[in-house]
Amino acid sequence: MPDKRRVVITGIGAVTPLGVGARPLHLEWAAGVCAIEDGAGRCSSFEPRDFLSVKEMRRLDRVAQFAVVAADEAVRQAGWADELPYDPMRIGCVIATGIGGISTVESNHDVMRERGASMVSPLGIPMYMPNAPAAAVSMRHKLQGQMYGVVSACSGGAHAIGSALRMIQYGDADAVVAGGAEATLTEFGFACFNALQALSETGVSRPFDARRDGFVMGEGGGVVVLEEESAARARGATILGEVAGYGSTADAHHLTAPEPTGRPASRAITLALADAGLTPAAISYVNAHGTSTQLNDAAETAALKLALGERAAAIPVSSTKSAIGHLLGAAGAVEAVATVQALNARLIPPTLGYEVPDPGLDLDYVPGVARPLVPANGGPPAAVSNSFAFGGHNVALVIKGAG
Amino acid sequence: MATVTKEQVQERVVEVLASFGPDASAITQEATFEELDVDSLDLVELAQIVEDEYGVVLKGEDMKELKTVGDAVELITSRAG
Repeated sequence: MPDKRRVVITGIGAVTPLGVGARPLHLEWAAGVCAIEDGAGRCSSFEPRDFLSVKEMRRLDRVAQFAVVAADEAVRQAGWADELPYDPMRIGCVIATGIGGISTVESNHDVMRERGASMVSPLGIPMYMPNAPAAAVSMRHKLQGQMYGVVSACSGGAHAIGSALRMIQYGDADAVVAGGAEATLTEFGFACFNALQALSETGVSRPFDARRDGFVMGEGGGVVVLEEESAARARGATILGEVAGYGSTADAHHLTAPEPTGRPASRAITLALADAGLTPAAISYVNAHGTSTQLNDAAETAALKLALGERAAAIPVSSTKSAIGHLLGAAGAVEAVATVQALNARLIPPTLGYEVPDPGLDLDYVPGVARPLVPANGGPPAAVSNSFAFGGHNVALVIKGAG
Repeated sequence: MATVTKEQVQERVVEVLASFGPDASAITQEATFEELDVDSLDLVELAQIVEDEYGVVLKGEDMKELKTVGDAVELITSRAG
């Protein structure tokens, strides 16, 4: 195969419990702010009417609203707001969601029970279908290349970015708007995750800490604009970083529990490093999946040790979920945004709430406060961002910061 | 069912269409659905409300002929009569 086309990041956008916009995601997290309240990471400051028309608000479930607002920010930063820089049919759009428009399902189901099947809204299906966020972003920005949703639960956002990377590497697109969104903080959403005993009973997200007792559910969206490197440079785009590598495997082990040795997950990391042409020595930071469940954090630690070898102990590992909770299908995308920001700010935000080490988990989880990111070997610093999921999906992205 | 007047239908249709997004002031009887950015999905919703409230069943082929707000009001009023 000839040299791979390289894929750079020219825009980032986020809506998270830390605020609307990518900026608060990095600044607040790095400052030690935890946005989790009453056992959930809500986007309390998000006001749809600030960004969307009445028609858009009526037609977009909250999950698609997050995707659209995050995409607007990313597209604006990329300088695409007035005019698309490429043939629209060469610009793709891949947006993940773990669950889809669950509040639309719930409200329409209520209508059916109370008023009969004929009163269910014709907007029900187009609002809750899991490809709705991708469709909304595509329509809003007139993106006419390959466009689809990705469904792989909590690794969806990372799969979306990985799929986008391949689309550009292979030459099927010159640019892709990619990300993920989730809005499951509903009565039914909590009931279902609670029934699985997946959520923290204490309502605290403290990944890798010995006292961790489950994840805290969050909501929001994250989007990146990816472009083929030479085309981005030719048009004078500001390059924020590079999606340098992608690797993905499956556990084939259990519906919800990770494969405990971490071998399949470690292979995803190894594949992503190979795709990027890097060795563990080049990695300066790991943005962990770090859910705050007993099983994930142990299996992820094992996977990092297998994939990074002796180098693992020297690489700072922190979890965005300590500040915003677990954004499910949005997590991988939001965390990719947070990773680019950490790399470019040369500042690693901490794993908030990490105080009591688990004897079995002995990596450097960045306790307490943010610390300077030290580029491993000169040049643009590189990081690994992990995402794992119910169903056994493993995804690793290798992301480089700006030079 | 009690007879509904054209004025009542008109008032209700304008109210429903306004809830879909367009400015109430723009929803004149002459305004076209295209001008108001009222599309096929909006018309399905309107038909659902009309059926629920007036017992008038509007099918896809009925809706296809409708170009203006006045067209819709006329059709609903005549069927509800």
